[in-house]
Amino acid sequence: MSKQIGDVILDVNNISLRFGGVKALTDISFNVREHEIRAIIGPNGAGKSSMLNCINGVYTPQDGNITFRGKTFSHMNPREVAEMGVARTFQNLALFKGMSVIDNIMSGRNLRIKSNLFMQALRVGPAAREEAQHREFVEHIIDFLEIQAHRKTPVGQLPYGLQKRVDLGRALAMEPQVLLLDEPMAGMNVEEKQDMSRFVLDVNDEFGTTVVLIEHDMGVVMDISDRVVVLDYGKKIGDGTPEEVRNNEDVISAYLGTSH
Amino acid sequence: MQTTFPRLLLKHAAERGAAPAMREKEYGIWQTLSWSDLSAMVEHIACGLHQAGLQRDEHMVVVGANRPRLYATMLAAQSLGAVPIPLYQDAAALECVFPINNADVRFAFAEDQEQVDKLLEIREKCPQLSHIFFDDPRGLRKYDEPGLASLEELIAAGKAFAALHPEFFKAQVEQAKPDDVAAMFFTSGTTGNPKGVVHTHDTLINRAQAGAEFDRLTSSEDVLAYLPPAWIGQNIFSYAQWLVCGYVVNCPESASTVTIDLKEIGPTYYFAPPRVFEGLLTTVMIRMEDAGTIKRKLFHYFMDLAKRVGPTRMDGKSIGFGNALLYALGNLIIYGPLRNNLGMSRVRVAYTAGEAIGPDLFSFYRSIGVNLKQLYGSTETAVFVCLQPDHEARADTVGIPCKGVEIRVAADGEILVKSPGLLKEYYKNPVATAEVLDASGWYHTSDAGFIDAHGHLKIIDRVKDVGRIKGGANDGAMFAPKYVENKLKFFPQIKEVVAYGDQREKVCVMINIDFEAVGNWAERRNLPYAGYTDLAQKPEVYQLIQECVEKVNADLSVDELLAGSQVSRFLVLHKELDADDGELTRTNKVRRGFIAEKYLPLVDALYGGKQEQFIETVVKFEDGRSGSVSATLKISDTKTFAPVKAAA
Repeated sequence: MSKQIGDVILDVNNISLRFGGVKALTDISFNVREHEIRAIIGPNGAGKSSMLNCINGVYTPQDGNITFRGKTFSHMNPREVAEMGVARTFQNLALFKGMSVIDNIMSGRNLRIKSNLFMQALRVGPAAREEAQHREFVEHIIDFLEIQAHRKTPVGQLPYGLQKRVDLGRALAMEPQVLLLDEPMAGMNVEEKQDMSRFVLDVNDEFGTTVVLIEHDMGVVMDISDRVVVLDYGKKIGDGTPEEVRNNEDVISAYLGTSH
Repeated sequence: MQTTFPRLLLKHAAERGAAPAMREKEYGIWQTLSWSDLSAMVEHIACGLHQAGLQRDEHMVVVGANRPRLYATMLAAQSLGAVPIPLYQDAAALECVFPINNADVRFAFAEDQEQVDKLLEIREKCPQLSHIFFDDPRGLRKYDEPGLASLEELIAAGKAFAALHPEFFKAQVEQAKPDDVAAMFFTSGTTGNPKGVVHTHDTLINRAQAGAEFDRLTSSEDVLAYLPPAWIGQNIFSYAQWLVCGYVVNCPESASTVTIDLKEIGPTYYFAPPRVFEGLLTTVMIRMEDAGTIKRKLFHYFMDLAKRVGPTRMDGKSIGFGNALLYALGNLIIYGPLRNNLGMSRVRVAYTAGEAIGPDLFSFYRSIGVNLKQLYGSTETAVFVCLQPDHEARADTVGIPCKGVEIRVAADGEILVKSPGLLKEYYKNPVATAEVLDASGWYHTSDAGFIDAHGHLKIIDRVKDVGRIKGGANDGAMFAPKYVENKLKFFPQIKEVVAYGDQREKVCVMINIDFEAVGNWAERRNLPYAGYTDLAQKPEVYQLIQECVEKVNADLSVDELLAGSQVSRFLVLHKELDADDGELTRTNKVRRGFIAEKYLPLVDALYGGKQEQFIETVVKFEDGRSGSVSATLKISDTKTFAPVKAAA
């Protein structure tokens, strides 16, 4: 059961990010290969989410650049990033709580809808046809994530674990090439974590989507990722396969502390 | 009508090919498969299986949820004269080993990755299992196991074969005879290995027809198939009767969407075990408690009315003009919408079976206009033995013998059945077959019961559990522990009951209260309690339980046979009976013998006339640690009633 890991698709070069005097990231470099699952781990405040926000274009790093599919950017623009095929989920869920599961996932299709607002509002010919096509795609995601029973439920009424799944569904609706997952398993019980791990693996398997994920649960990270980057206080202290990272002295001391 | 399942399929495809045979909800839309589509699919699968080497009389396992392709695979195997064995999709991998090896199974159909993983896991133990076909390819793309292939490929290969040999399929179907074995169902024995119940086309079709005639089923029925296909009940309702009547079987989208799909489909013919009906009722009641005052008041007013007159109305008797008018109004604003919400607006016939159903639960559905009835049967009898006619449904009987069935009650109270639907044999198990099928063709059900004054069969208990009272006022009276226990358990306040009385002079019971129901009751009455043990011993709770017991006694006293089973004394246990402590089986049945030994001082106190008894019990916690619970339990005497001789 080995998959074909391709060339480097995303290359992060010497990124540094400062908020005033606080150094969130210092000279971080790593790359992500096509079709791999790449984990970013590190203790609280290590700069993991900041790193994702730089890739995603939410933050603009002061130094360094990011190469995506051969094009180099000194800063990314969130919309451009999305149009290039990078989707993300959020640590603290940013779903539309009052809207149904279908509508939430449908909102992920936004970039791919061609008819304009007026045509959509009036549901004239092409717009209605287009909506039906997108709806079909959304139904495939619903089937994939096994949330058929909740199609029409307002997201706010769903348990947390399912909301996380809807969040993933919305990201998938963009048909992304790269999927950034910010702590997809935070606050879940063991069974929910297993389910979510299976979905992440299936996305990677079925669609060949490259996955960059931040995760705290070491068991999960070691089980599902191909390569791991370790951050601590905004610096990269380790990079390699789960096995290499597990035996890295710096990583062990960052996680377990050292006796001085 | 002597025929086989594949012939029935071809008949529907020829006579009404465009009519819908199955519907499956996929991607949010109900997709229809017509009889001719289905027949083509079956032909292709059959040709594919033939090429893969499936032989006549060979067994093939199918495992998965109700899906058109699972049904088509069963039909395809039968077309080739092979015997499908449906297995429970939620069975553990190891439980599948025995059936697969027992029947030398080489071919298997698995619904999805979960089922494939299960079969691959036991492959070492079942080396002959050489071909596994899966329906849903999700997650299986990277699997590289010998003999594992998608049904898609099999169908494609079969299609090519069928194009070259257009007469092959029909010729194969013609070869099968009605007396050939059609399917095998494994029943889980309580001890030892499961037994394979062998049925022929004729036994299954004959019973399916008897049931269909009884309820005048037509090709316009809609059925929702949501229970495991390995269970003969589901198999009869959504396979045998489906092919006999030619109605539409609907497959829900997933197990979690059943209630939604039920509403969308609105089946006309419905089947569920009591626990499903209970679950539906509970959801309704909880939601009604949360509704606004006016709605709630209306609901309770009309439910009271329904309770009073509904069952009589369902029995086809007059309820008087005023009541009829009120009921019609209730139907408009409460019962109709409620039935719609339950997905039962179109239900013409609904059945429950498998275990005893509480009278309140039963009459709830009948009172709101759902024609809920009971039936009696088992895997060995191809379900239909007794059925309740439309206007004679009762909670405590299981109906009258249906067409072709003869019933006899043996001297020890065991019910014997003779019917054209009896099993052919237990597979490779002549000893077990001889135990249940005697030389003159009677099937021994091991259920004890009798035929009541109206000709309805009434089941009391398992024969081996029925005992006799010895000594005292009721010397020699019949004692049916399960019957007494069930009657008590129908009260929501009572969770478990253990009844003793065999070879003793009176009946005594130990009761487990339902912590949630009684706790709730106590809170509403401002009755403080510290926990389960404390609550169980409150005098108020004893009073509450005593009332329940005395109601049961009053009920039993009317029953000529069982008046002697009235409960004389009871106690409320200080801890919940638990499977972890060995007191219940894994399927939550009480283990009377074990409990009697474990709580010997309590049993002695019950029969020794003591008013209270100290007991200390070791309990196991879920994490494996153990601790002890001790309490002094009170013992109450209850009123018993003089037997009322039924004025037959």
